[in-house]
Amino acid sequence: MNTTVTTGTEESVWGGGNRPLNASYGKMMMWFFIVSDALTFSGFLVSYGFSRFKFIETWPIADEVFTHVPFFHGNYPMIYVAFMTFILIMSSVTMVLAVDAGHKMKKNRVIWYMFATIIGGAIFVGSQAWEWATFIKGDYGAIETKGGRILQFVNAETGKRAALADFSTTLPEDRVKHLSSEGVWFEKEGYKTSFSLNEVVEGFKATPNILIRTETINEEGEKTLLSRQESLAKLKDAALVVEGANLIRNEYGSRLFADFFFFITGFHGFHVFSGVLINIIIFFNIIIGTYERRGHYEMVEKVGLYWHFVDLVWVFVFTFFYLV
Amino acid sequence: MAHEHKLEIFRGLWKFKSNVQKIWGVLAFLSLVTAVEVILGIYKPEFLTKNYFIGMKLLNWIFIILTLVKAYYIAWDFMHLRDEKSSLRRAIVWTPVFLICYLIFILLFEADYIYNVFKDGFLAWNF
Repeated sequence: MNTTVTTGTEESVWGGGNRPLNASYGKMMMWFFIVSDALTFSGFLVSYGFSRFKFIETWPIADEVFTHVPFFHGNYPMIYVAFMTFILIMSSVTMVLAVDAGHKMKKNRVIWYMFATIIGGAIFVGSQAWEWATFIKGDYGAIETKGGRILQFVNAETGKRAALADFSTTLPEDRVKHLSSEGVWFEKEGYKTSFSLNEVVEGFKATPNILIRTETINEEGEKTLLSRQESLAKLKDAALVVEGANLIRNEYGSRLFADFFFFITGFHGFHVFSGVLINIIIFFNIIIGTYERRGHYEMVEKVGLYWHFVDLVWVFVFTFFYLV
Repeated sequence: MAHEHKLEIFRGLWKFKSNVQKIWGVLAFLSLVTAVEVILGIYKPEFLTKNYFIGMKLLNWIFIILTLVKAYYIAWDFMHLRDEKSSLRRAIVWTPVFLICYLIFILLFEADYIYNVFKDGFLAWNF
């Protein structure tokens, strides 16, 4: 058979099995995924930037929003998020150590480092859940105007934020929560705030040392504080009481702020959560000796790449949501 | 699976004896950078918030540059891009960098335009 072309795989470039980038198939695919996921996250972060530049003069100041630390009372901006960042970097480190131990085929060390990584991831997801709960619950409460702007309250003497409960009066009014059993077309009532609009307005008029703070950022980079007269005039536009945050409105300011917070940190938190799950699967695979028999721990390296990527994204979320 | 590690960071300024040592070194550096960011974020020194460079506060420039520095060390040492072939590294890094720069430019430019329409146009936004 002279017409048959012999394809010598040993010498031919085209015989297959080449790895010009010196990376295995699995690792290449992980990098493909990471690059595309990086573009997804940048899409989110850039659209956050878009909305922020659009409302640059009224965007909420992150330092004033994220001020809580669990088990501690008081005003600690950024401390808790910094702690979360550190936890995630730390779990990244234990992951690299696991990969390194895998290269040396030290099974027990890989197990312990993977275990530490999983714990770190779990602490991070837990912290994020707590952060969400605090954000949703809110702390001071605010008033929304007819134009959809948020008005917050400040104590004129101390210069600190005033909560609705500090000055609102209780009026003898009956606000009954509407139930679906009472109406035909009724869908749901939504949440009931701890004070009605009337109670807040009356309480404001009766307490002379409370001022209104608008969303507008002044030249010092702080929210504009109105005088007592301006405050009373502004209060005429009040439409409803807002406490905490949901996808429609939030007491911190621009509505998009809460939407992006939920969306971006939520998407990132979901990545961490699935990362923890994948880590757990790999963790048990290491224990039962799958990779020991396979002869290499490349699987740990691949999930490691994903885990570091999650850390990498958080570095950017941290900067653009909390710092800038 | 013979893996060669380049055991130095800062262009050879800081050398390590083993890969494990290098990891701890990188952790120390990343923690330091994060600490600097948080301290600047809490105290917000006035000369950094009052001065602008190309329309952005110096403080925000510092934050963004430090973030890119952190991203570099996470990708290079934790994701061991430093030990990969340069062709793989370039394909991974420059493709998103190019696309993201384009996206940032076009969206932020557009957002600034909309901001000006709201500000100077005959539009009632806050009524």
